[in-house]
Parts: sequence; C-alpha cells; structure tokens
Amino acid sequence: MSEYSFFTVMNIHEYQAKELFADAGVAVPNGTVAQNEQEFDQALSALPEGESIVVKAQIHAGGRGKGTFTNGFKGGVHVVPDAAVAKEKAQSMLGNVLVTNQTGEEGKEVGTVYFTEACDIEKEYYLAVLMDRATSMPVIIASTEGGVDIEEVAESSPEKILKVLVDPALGLRAYQVRQIAFGLGLSGDSFKQCVKLIIKLYTFFWTKDCSQVEVNPLVTTPSGDVLALDAKVNFDANALFRHPDVVELRDLSEEDPKEVEASKFDLNYIALDGNVACMVNGAGLAMATMDIIKHYGGSPANFLDVGGGANEEQVENAFRILVSDDTVKAILVNIFGGIMKCDVIATGIVNAARKLDMKVPLVVRLEGTNVAEGKQILADSGLALEPADTLAEAAEKIVKLAAKA
Amino acid sequence: MSVLVNKDTRLVVQGITGSAGSFHTTQCMEYGTNVVAGVTPGKGGQKFQDTVPVFDTVQDAVDKEGANVAAIYVPPPFAADSILEAVDAEIPLVIAITEGIPVRDMAEVKARLATSNTRLIGPNCPGIITPGECKIGIMPGYIHKPGKVGIVSRSGTLTYEAVWQITSAGHGQSTCIGIGGDPINGTSHLEAVQLFHEDPDTEAIILIGEIGGTAEEEAAAFIKENVDKPCAAFIAGRTAPPGRRMGHAGAIVSGGKGTAEAKMEALLDAGISVAETPSHIAEALFKVWKP
Repeated sequence: MSEYSFFTVMNIHEYQAKELFADAGVAVPNGTVAQNEQEFDQALSALPEGESIVVKAQIHAGGRGKGTFTNGFKGGVHVVPDAAVAKEKAQSMLGNVLVTNQTGEEGKEVGTVYFTEACDIEKEYYLAVLMDRATSMPVIIASTEGGVDIEEVAESSPEKILKVLVDPALGLRAYQVRQIAFGLGLSGDSFKQCVKLIIKLYTFFWTKDCSQVEVNPLVTTPSGDVLALDAKVNFDANALFRHPDVVELRDLSEEDPKEVEASKFDLNYIALDGNVACMVNGAGLAMATMDIIKHYGGSPANFLDVGGGANEEQVENAFRILVSDDTVKAILVNIFGGIMKCDVIATGIVNAARKLDMKVPLVVRLEGTNVAEGKQILADSGLALEPADTLAEAAEKIVKLAAKA
Repeated sequence: MSVLVNKDTRLVVQGITGSAGSFHTTQCMEYGTNVVAGVTPGKGGQKFQDTVPVFDTVQDAVDKEGANVAAIYVPPPFAADSILEAVDAEIPLVIAITEGIPVRDMAEVKARLATSNTRLIGPNCPGIITPGECKIGIMPGYIHKPGKVGIVSRSGTLTYEAVWQITSAGHGQSTCIGIGGDPINGTSHLEAVQLFHEDPDTEAIILIGEIGGTAEEEAAAFIKENVDKPCAAFIAGRTAPPGRRMGHAGAIVSGGKGTAEAKMEALLDAGISVAETPSHIAEALFKVWKP
C-alpha cells in the first residue's frame, strides 16, 4: 500500500498539464507561472513585450472565468493588453479565495497564477480522451462546439458530438484520426496540425495512464494554427507507481486535510455535510451504512472505509480523524469481520476510546469472525457505548443519539 | 447445485507464496477447496504447506496438475500480466482478487479476453464461493451455507451482509460471485445473472449493486425479458455526492449518470424486489421467494 493507494484519481493544475502537453508535442500557447508577488516581473518578462496576456488563477476546479473571489474581485481568468495590467490582476488573485460553480461555497485559495500569450481565435472546438466504461476502451470525443459546457451540447445536440473508440490491442489508427479532423470540418494546414495534435494527445493519455484528458477549447487561429488553449488532465491513481514524475505534481493544498491525513494510514475517507460519523470495513458496506443512516432520518458526516485488514492503529487513527470534526455528534461503527476479526476490532475501539477520551456517543455493530469475543470485550470495557446486533438497529440508535446530542 | 466452481474445481493460485496469497490459500484449503498447484516465478519446485506443488509458470500447473481455475493474489503492478498468463494457458476461469490494478492494464486484458475462451471474475473482488464445495477468495467461509440463492455483487462486506441474512434465516446459497468494484471488470452483473438463470439448482437471485455505470440496469433489462426466478436487489450509494468516487474506482455518479435512483427504478420496473436498506436484503427476497 502506498500513500496514494486510496484516492482513485489524481488531479493536476492547468499550467502543469500544459507543461506536460508541451513536452509531449501537443501545441499550447507559451506560458509562465508565479507563486508569489516577487515572481510576477520575471514571469511576465518571459512573454513577448507589448502583446496581450491571459491571466489565469490556478485551482483544481472548473468555472474559473465566471467565478468570484471572496475579496470581491470578479473572474479567475482575464485577457489584458500588457504586463502592467496583468500584474495588477494577478495581485488580486494570488493568495485569495476563488469561488466557482465547482468549488462549493468555501472556494479555493489561489496559490499559483498562470500567464500565457493571448492568441487570436478563429474557431473553438472540444477534444477529450477518456476511458469508456461501457466498452472498456479509450474513447476520443470531439465537437465543433468548443468553449462551452460539453454535457449540455451532448444533451441538446448529440449529433455534434464525435466519438471514436480505440481498441487497446490495435492502438489509435490513422483513419480514426482523420475521421475526427474531417468531422471537425478542418482542411489544409489546420487539418494536418489537428491530426498531429490528436495523435500526440492520445499517446500522452495512454502512456501516462490518464483517466481523462480534456481540451476545451481547442482552437484554430486566423493563420491556421491549432492549439490547446485549456487543459484538464487527471491520472489513474492506481498507475502512479510507474509515473514518479506525475506524483511530484500532486498539490496537497487542493485536497481536504482530513482526507490527506486519512490516506497516510491507508484509510479511505471522504468528508460529507452531516453529523453522524461512521467507520466501516469495505467500500460497498460503507456506502450502504451512509444510506441507512439517512434512511432512519440522520445525515452522514463522512464515508470511511478502513479496508479489509485494518489493525488497531488504523482504528485509532480513524477515530482521531472522525472526532477532529466538530460537527460530528455521534459515531457508528459497522464492521462485518471476515479477515478482520471482531475481537481485534473491539480491542482497537476500546483502546482508542480511552486514549482519545471520546465524548460523543458511540454505537458499535459487530458481526462475523469472533463476534462473541468482540462483544464481550466491548461489554467488559465499562465504556459508555451502545452495542447493536443488526445494521438497522445500529442506525436507528445512532440517529436518535445524534438528535439528542 | 452451483455455477462456475464446485468440488471438481482444480485450483491454481498465482502468487501463492506472497503474504495475501499464502494466508487466503490456507483458509481456502481448510474450507475444502481443491488447491492443486501454486505459481510463483522462481520458486518452482517448492511445496506450499508441504503438499501443494509450486511452479514457475501457469502452463506447468495446467500440464502437470490439470488446473482448471486460477486465483490471482499477485500485487497490482504485476497482476494484469498474471491474468494474461492464465489466459494464454487456456484456463477457462480466472478469479482476480487483487485491488488497485491500473485501468490501462485492465483495458488491455479486456481486449485479450475478447479473443479467448477464458472468463475473468474481478479484479478487486472477494472471489467466488459454492458453499460446502469450493471457496476461492477472501470471504469468511463459515457465514455461508449450501442452498438455493445465487448472489452477485460488486462489494465484499456488503455481500457478507446479504449472505449472513440468508443463512441466519435458515437458508443457503448456490454460489456467490463477487464481480469487483473496478470500472473495468471481467464478468458483469448481467453475465452472472445469466449463469444463475441457467443453473437448475439456483431458485432465487440476489443482485447487489452500487452507483456508477449501467451494469445494474443491463442486468435488470435481461431479468425483465428472460428470468422467471424470484429476484431481489439492493443498490448502495443513494447518499453519495455526485462527482466523488466512493472507495471503489467504479462507484461514481457523474454527469447525472449512474445514480442509485435510476438503478432502483430499472430494477423495480423489471419486477425485482428492491431492499430499502442493507439490513432488509433477505426480507426483500422472501417477499418474492417462498422457499
């Protein structure tokens, strides 16, 4: 198990994606970044003088252009005439919190500002590569409707979405690439450049184990050049062991601190809005436990899968993470012991409850291997915890306790 | 009274000398599974538990011991290679327990499977058990009991929950198939349901699904058209927020697709008894099945 074994997809910033694109031979506008104000001048001096510049706030969320900063500054993307204005805009972004339709109300702090050359746009397109679950094959998706929400295009005019499946045994074939480039209505030099870009982009997707690569928009310029103007890339976390260069691009400040903490102990944790925390073994049962809390009128505070072979230390760390959340009013433990023996879990629970001096009510439902011994350990502990025999009973109890607390 | 595995199964375990492989193989042997061989490259010639011959290649295990089912406990970086090796040795059934295999590797495996006669179960699954005859995987054997209910599920412990409810009510299972929580897997809900549909000893079917993809809907459509056996189902993930993967790489609601509601609706439309909570899976089955 590694530190990233439990999160299934790793995101990176746009500027990082564009650097990877450039290395892979996918055409992008020139750009530079700054992570503090002292870096502004140097970053901007690397761009052509007197030309328009695009200033972009870097966060792991879309909708930046239409977003608003909590300091009142509007827009996470600005096109400006020169470096002086670019610097002004960048100052309003860096270190401030940007709220977009994808960040949630709390928004995300901007730690990096990206400056790129502005380019004249003839037309915007959409291009993406992702894994198609239904066919178990990579699929290239393209559309003449770029720069807009592709889900909406797929809904309102599905005929404008081109899809090409790539057989992993054969790889991407030349005729398939032509299909897309012709399908986008390109000709001449733009056609040739687009063909090259699609091949490079697909190769990047495949060799780097991406989950998704999205270019929205892909643009043609008045002179016929084809460029990736935006880049959204994420990686299959299960494949990171063969891409140490990608692992280095992880930005922990973009992730929930509790989720990062949990991942250190191989705990699969996702924070939610409710006040009933739960600790469960197995992802399916963990989801089902959240569901049953809701069914009995409660609201789950998290998803937490301690895995199939959790030990005492993991149980303790799991509790520590759960109680560190002030909104948690009660904790439900639901363990179906298979590999994981109930007596081991019970000992872990008792030790953690004592060590952490837990004040929130606790309901424990154990079933499976060595369940009688496990229940005895809980009963003998003298701790104020409620046992339950079935998951339904446990959920009913915990919801009542959370309501009283 | 079963599908896929039974007392005649001759199992080869790939990764038998690793920690997970040796622990679970021992458990399976204690349960009564006929483990005829193990494979760990470089350890050919050794004996596991003083009885089971270890080979360097799967082909050796097939040639010398007549292995006809393979179980894979090989670590994720090498697991796809192990599956392909079993496919090349023409093993008809491969069960991949390993969690965390890269999606790209599985896409390649899927392409190879399409041109072979091998069925893959998993990866990232608890395995398969025909109670009283053969247990291959990591599930606790004693919660099962020989009987008439076929169970298919993406999740491990949630399956145990359903199994235990059936067993506690005095009934048993024909075979339980864990198909795994990954977005690309070998055997789908639909294919497992087909197997139970054709098995004369399976009287009733339980389908346990979760958010993400459309596998449950496809199984529901098949049941609606073809299956007369009583069916019950449960779908996990009604409270999961969209866009977040809930542990299993496959469990995600995105672009309004793969929601629990849509799946439950499809299941209800197929005449399947859908459990409201994970505690009521057996109860949902007994509403439509009178054993």
